[in-house]
Amino acid sequence: MRNFLAIYQREVKSYFSSPIAYVVIGLFLILAGIFFYLIISNFMQMCMRVDMMAQQYRMAPQKMNVNLMAIRPIMHNLSLFALFFLPLVTMRLYSDEKRTGTIELLMTSPVTNLQAILGKFFAAATLYLVMLGGTFLYIIFLFLYGNPEVGPIFTAYLGLLLLGLCYIAFGVFFSTLTDNQIIAAVSTFVFILFFWAIGWVSGFVSPSLGETLSSFSLIEHFDDFAKGVLDTKHIVYYISFIFMGLFLSFVSIESTRWRGR
Amino acid sequence: MIDVQQVSRYFGDVAAVNDISFKVEKGEIVGFLGPNAAGKTTAMRVLTTYLPATSGTATVAGFDVHEQSMEVRKRIGYLPENPPLYQDMRVRDYLEFVAKIKGVAPADRHKAVDEAMDKAAIGDVSGRVIKYLSKGYKQRVGLAQALVHNPEVLILDEPTVRLDPNQIIEVRQLIKSLAGNHTIILSTHILPEVSMTCERVVIINKGVIVAEDTTEGLTKKHAGATRLTVSVDAPLQAVMEKIGAVRGVTKVEKTSGDHTTVFVESDKEVEIRPEVAQVLVANGWPLYELKAEDVSLEDVFLHLTTQEEGPVE
Ligand SMILES: Nc1ncnc2c1ncn2[C@@H]1O[C@H](COP(=O)(O)OP(=O)(O)OP(=O)(O)O)[C@@H](O)[C@H]1O
Ligand SMILES: [Mg+2]
Repeated sequence: MRNFLAIYQREVKSYFSSPIAYVVIGLFLILAGIFFYLIISNFMQMCMRVDMMAQQYRMAPQKMNVNLMAIRPIMHNLSLFALFFLPLVTMRLYSDEKRTGTIELLMTSPVTNLQAILGKFFAAATLYLVMLGGTFLYIIFLFLYGNPEVGPIFTAYLGLLLLGLCYIAFGVFFSTLTDNQIIAAVSTFVFILFFWAIGWVSGFVSPSLGETLSSFSLIEHFDDFAKGVLDTKHIVYYISFIFMGLFLSFVSIESTRWRGR
Repeated sequence: MIDVQQVSRYFGDVAAVNDISFKVEKGEIVGFLGPNAAGKTTAMRVLTTYLPATSGTATVAGFDVHEQSMEVRKRIGYLPENPPLYQDMRVRDYLEFVAKIKGVAPADRHKAVDEAMDKAAIGDVSGRVIKYLSKGYKQRVGLAQALVHNPEVLILDEPTVRLDPNQIIEVRQLIKSLAGNHTIILSTHILPEVSMTCERVVIINKGVIVAEDTTEGLTKKHAGATRLTVSVDAPLQAVMEKIGAVRGVTKVEKTSGDHTTVFVESDKEVEIRPEVAQVLVANGWPLYELKAEDVSLEDVFLHLTTQEEGPVE
């Protein structure tokens, strides 16, 4: 535990003492803010139009569901932005240690590889939590002017968190493979994108194959969270994905020793 | 304290370290001497548990480097070839971090860091960010990092590289003063460094130990003689006689080989090769080989001493 904490704290400090954390958090929140504004203003226009129509035809004004029509698309946007930014957060975790040679200190200290991997994983997760926390401010804004349901917001954030941890776990893995941060980031991005898009082809193949493919898709599992549905099937999927990434990181680091680089 | 038994380490088909065995007693300073790519770094990496050996066993402080690597790691301080520094950290924070992962108790950490900085003479840069330090200071922070948990065993890979001549002397003195309390292995390709700091020398070349001796023994042999191996197609008796008559030759003896092979020793100052060659030609003996002994201490010694005399990096 002490070793895990030592690694974790060092990584978190290192994030926040370099520009990377501020650039990533800043750009993420700006991007999220722009799309939040677009989606909300679109939603409000729609509300107004519906109201006007209702007055014209002298009907009771229809209720618009802010959760389904505004928050859900916002959450889908966030899941995409996280995909852009999290590889930049994880890319240096191991690559930089390899490039500068600090890995030699780490792997000759009484710290197990598991402690080191988890320390790094949770450090990146902490940065991600700060990013998500920032977007929460936008959501609070909705409570001031409307009355969205809390439940779906909670599940959506849970989904975002799990999804992001999937990105991070594989980000750690790809950074164990190379001493080049750019390669680590790009391979993470491409790999995750593949698992995102795997469901899109389901319409073009046989139904049974399509179903299997979409059951592997990261984003198919996310939609229920965004809608406010909590299903253990999705949670199990994400947790297995995270475990897979961490397990592969572990195997990769252990085999580094045998390969010698 | 350190016991290496028939350790080999292959990278693919290439043996970086090939079947080496040696022992280091408690409190000793032993130098690894060898030219580039000799396998010094690889041997040290096996000892520090960074790389597993392909075969053979090594123990440090009674613990097997493979089976009980965590126990070994607690007891060693390691300065790798490139000092393992987190460039964005401040010197003090970095050393505190190292102390933490090396298992120094929280209450002792501050003092341990102070002492290590003291020994490495980096107290004046304790608040500086590592990436802005000069190379020599970085090297010394690396040294402080190896010392911070006051380990029983120190493994230092070329500890004086990158330092200026004054600092080299200081660091050599520091290392000498650490002996006794610590068991030290250091590597270098500079011979005088070994004779100045180490009690014993292990000379490695192409992955094998070619000699192991005390510094005195080494110096004596160095002062002694140069050796030639001569391989000709001629009667042994005649060869011994004729070569023995060459000026400067002190000893001729038969060794094994395909042809008539003799081993010639001579005074160090005299270059006997041209004359030996002349003798062979004059007698019309076909020559198969005439070479200065590859693996002798002297050769490595001479080769390496010349490097020291080159310009300082
Ligand atoms: N990770 C690796 N992968 C492949 N080959 C390696 C690796 N590490 C070392 N080698 C090879 O092993 C041999 C010994 O290298 P090593 O670094 O141990 O030499 P050295 O004695 O430390 O040399 P130097 O004085 O230049 O530091 C070299 O031929 C080197 O190319
Ligand atoms: Mg080396």
